[in-house]
Amino acid sequence: MIRLTPSRSATAVLAWRRIPRGIGRLLIAAGGVVMLYPLLWMIGSSFKPEGQIFSTTGIVPTTWIFSNYTQGWDGLGYSMTGFLVNSVVLCLLCVLGNLVSCSLAAFAFARLRFPLRRVLFAIMLTSIMLPLHATIVPQYILFKYLGWVGTIAPLVVPKFLAVDAFFVFLLVQFIRTIPRELDDSAEIDGCGKFRLFATVILPLCVPALATTAIFTFLWTWSDFFSQLIYLSGNPAHFTIPVALGAFVDSTSQSSWGQLLAMSVVSLLPIFGFFLAFQRLLLEGISTTGLRG
Amino acid sequence: MASPGVTVEAHATAPPPVADRNPPPRRRLTRRQREALAGYLFLAPWFLGLIGITLGPMIASLWLSFTRYNLLSAPQWTGFSNYSALVHDPLFLTAVKVTLLYVGVSVPSQLAFALLLALVLNRGMRALGLVRAIYYVPSLLGSSVAIAIVWRTLFGYDGTIDRIVEFFGWHNPPAWIDDPHTAIYTLVVLAIWQFGAPMIIFLAGLRNIPKELYEAASVDGARRFAQFRKVTLPLLSPLILFNLVLQVIASFQAFTPAYVISGGSGGPANSTLFYTLYLYQQAFGQLNMGYGAAMAWLLLVAIALVTAAIFASSRRWVFYMDHQS
Repeated sequence: MIRLTPSRSATAVLAWRRIPRGIGRLLIAAGGVVMLYPLLWMIGSSFKPEGQIFSTTGIVPTTWIFSNYTQGWDGLGYSMTGFLVNSVVLCLLCVLGNLVSCSLAAFAFARLRFPLRRVLFAIMLTSIMLPLHATIVPQYILFKYLGWVGTIAPLVVPKFLAVDAFFVFLLVQFIRTIPRELDDSAEIDGCGKFRLFATVILPLCVPALATTAIFTFLWTWSDFFSQLIYLSGNPAHFTIPVALGAFVDSTSQSSWGQLLAMSVVSLLPIFGFFLAFQRLLLEGISTTGLRG
Repeated sequence: MASPGVTVEAHATAPPPVADRNPPPRRRLTRRQREALAGYLFLAPWFLGLIGITLGPMIASLWLSFTRYNLLSAPQWTGFSNYSALVHDPLFLTAVKVTLLYVGVSVPSQLAFALLLALVLNRGMRALGLVRAIYYVPSLLGSSVAIAIVWRTLFGYDGTIDRIVEFFGWHNPPAWIDDPHTAIYTLVVLAIWQFGAPMIIFLAGLRNIPKELYEAASVDGARRFAQFRKVTLPLLSPLILFNLVLQVIASFQAFTPAYVISGGSGGPANSTLFYTLYLYQQAFGQLNMGYGAAMAWLLLVAIALVTAAIFASSRRWVFYMDHQS
């Protein structure tokens, strides 16, 4: 992917010529094995009989079994299919919510003039840093009164209200790079603000919208704290993380293989996203500090 | 901001003499007013969220922290009693200690690994893309329940980690997640394992350092370590600050690994009782909403103070090239 230009490797050699290259590479490779070992071990163990999981360090099972997957799938009394559907629905709704609400707000901040814009923008920026826990208790009480606890509404509705201010900021920064001449010519053609937003700005924002969608999906997929709080009372609405959390609590000594198998299943979408959007993810991190 | 709009309107509506007799119908807004109206409409969902989901609950949280409330009967004003109870709550003090230990050990170690690997990878090697991806994957997956389960199994009683350290000749290893002295460090290792994301940020920063600086330094006779100290480190310091702030804020809020590894208890012997885990137990386990709100506010203040302290100290150690030249 990234090819080093001769001048860059010259720099690198200047800085590091003292350490022989071979040793460095060996260390990097060994480090890579260490980094991957827990993941490979998880995958390998999910195909091992229970007794082999703890007694061996090897990754490849000596006897392959698939019962961890077939039995684990229904291991909680509810089928894993339901949890998967719940998680996918939740993630897609959150993605939709963030795309709509954050781009609307971002367009206003980036392109429209109105009283108090600077103040509101500053408030929006500050709210990026706000820890989830600062608001979670009253939010829970609010949603309890609305009768939403036990459903995905407390997780989805905030996304339609642009609560993830980070993405608002990301989109503002992106819209600011779009030349204003486009707005002007659209307005001369009689374009209203909403049509300007929907037909001119939004199509040009696709890269930033993709970043927003991918990271919203990934974060929602792995988020545990808020899903635990709002869904733990209602097994029919469990998402994957909540189901795994419940699974681990109810696990007897004999079903670690099933637990690991279901863990593998739960990570597959993230891994698929990584393979599909590797460049976008890595660029997102190095330019904006977005985490996985 | 509004005043220019008013003058424009005055200019636009003043000329027709009819306007003097009966006030003009206000249905035609000026361009500026229409734009402001559009702005507020576009912002409406965000504003609703700010009031209903962010700012409102934040203020409500402050108020709740002075009450006793269990969702069943109305909140009762109790003044500072939640806060004074916290100071005397041994579990709370344990949670603070555990969290500070976790943040204090895991964040610097993680950043050190990230920086070291970024420096080595920046020397250039074949299949750099693949290597980068391998080192990055853990930070993509690491905060999930699934990985916490893997950790619990790997470090479990007589588990695979025991087999590995035995292979290297350590025959009586501790019980890892079942030993109060080591359980927290399995979580630290899990945090360090996720150094890939800051590493990618450092790598991007290293690529932006002009090579002329190294050439100049080496002409001046600076050796490798001196070059690192005088060129690499200063030019990377803004990114170190950035990663430090992000990691500290995230680590204070860590929850999932401790919850999964201890089965929600914070055990053994409360050695993995993260602040957020205790908050969860109090607010959502025992429904002590007032107590939980007080904890939430203290966490918010603590994070704000630590972040402010880091930024204040950064004036002494962060170097911005464009300010100097």
